[in-house]
Amino acid sequence: MEGKKRTIIPFGPQHPVLPEPIHLDLVLEDEKIVEAIPSIGFIHRGLEKLVEKKDFIEYVYVAERICGICSFIHGMTYCIAVEEIMKLNIPQRAHFLRVIWSELSRLHSHLLWLGLMADAFGFESLFMQSWRLRERILDIIEETTGGRVIFGSSKVGGVRRDISREKMQEIVRRLKVFEKEIKELSNVFIKDASVQHRLCGVGVVSKEQAYALGAVGPTARGSGIASDMRKLGYAAYKEIAFEPIIESTGDSYARCLVRIKELFQSIDIIAQAAEKMVDGPIDIKVSGTPDGEFFARSEQPRGEAVYYIKANGTKFLDRVRVRTPTFANIAPLLKILPGASLADVPILILTIDPCISCTER
Amino acid sequence: MIDEQSLITINADDLVSQVEKLRNSGHRLIQICCAKIADTIEVNYSFDNNYSFTNLRIILPLSDLRINSVSAIYLQALLYENEMHDLFGVEVKNMAIDYKGTFYRTSFKTPFNPPTDKA
Repeated sequence: MEGKKRTIIPFGPQHPVLPEPIHLDLVLEDEKIVEAIPSIGFIHRGLEKLVEKKDFIEYVYVAERICGICSFIHGMTYCIAVEEIMKLNIPQRAHFLRVIWSELSRLHSHLLWLGLMADAFGFESLFMQSWRLRERILDIIEETTGGRVIFGSSKVGGVRRDISREKMQEIVRRLKVFEKEIKELSNVFIKDASVQHRLCGVGVVSKEQAYALGAVGPTARGSGIASDMRKLGYAAYKEIAFEPIIESTGDSYARCLVRIKELFQSIDIIAQAAEKMVDGPIDIKVSGTPDGEFFARSEQPRGEAVYYIKANGTKFLDRVRVRTPTFANIAPLLKILPGASLADVPILILTIDPCISCTER
Repeated sequence: MIDEQSLITINADDLVSQVEKLRNSGHRLIQICCAKIADTIEVNYSFDNNYSFTNLRIILPLSDLRINSVSAIYLQALLYENEMHDLFGVEVKNMAIDYKGTFYRTSFKTPFNPPTDKA
């Protein structure tokens, strides 16, 4: 209706549903959103700038600390970029170990997201069950790397820690049991009427819109785009049989389904990696300094991450640029919000699985 | 090599037409970023098409950090363009939304290209 009164409601940076700060100015007509204007930078840490003070070996630790959820994949992607520039041939075992820790990261990230989503629509017991299961994954991560959040296991030239054959078999056995519990949990997300009521048909992004807006990860795959950077074959993914999981409806429910199905896919990938992993060294000695540039891409739980490294032949890099998946998914979020009701905003923001820590690297 | 990477350096005047060509051939804009190298700023526009990587590069002298926006072609470019404005001081013309330096809340302006370094 022409001449309808518009109201601007500031959403964030402090909001119960946002664990990290992002600010949106929501322009509303009655309860309907007509526009959303984002603002970030509340916790910008300048970690890219820190490359001027840390040499290329030390910077792995900085890269891992960009995010507290997909920390390992950040460190690994940085290492891949440097290794490509230096043309290092990493032992095959290290590649498989990187796949295993990447998929464990994906498992715990998706379970974390499922819990947060359940909490957002007020299903407290489901939230607790999701995080209870996540603890099992964190236990495996702690047993194999010594850390729960920061693994510290990737380095330029390979990995720092090995997983013995016996331990790997035990992990695969535990994940088989875990798979059954995940199935029970996912049944609630998939079949419960109250969950469907909040997610089905809400925040629809068509395949064309998602592609045009540069959506990545489950946000893109939920709209039917079969894009998964693991298909590039980095680490040992070229040895693993898998296909990107896609859904076609493009709504919040579809994005939820993609993440649920990826839990099972990750368990399968870990089992494949454990079976195909060869014995041998886990790292090589790195000598010299990088000279050149490379754009490394990886599939984090939230989608494609890009590391651009430009080196000048000294131990200090010219530039490290990190394009995180959440940054790429802000544009689709701005498309999702108009037309939605104010009450759905927390859910819609969560469906892109925002990680502001990453975005504010 | 994981994937073949095509890195192409172009003139700033050709940017919009080159980006439009890529959009019309089905490329997805991955990211835009800057790198300060000596007395220039390199601006990289990265694209993907079925896992094939293409990067367009423009080299701007510090004395003339002006560039045209591609947000009319790829809407999400406005986020990267505001970022390069706030962090590097690159002036981007005709952005779909210009936050005028408030997209990033930095404690001082253009931290990746401090005023003392500008020509």
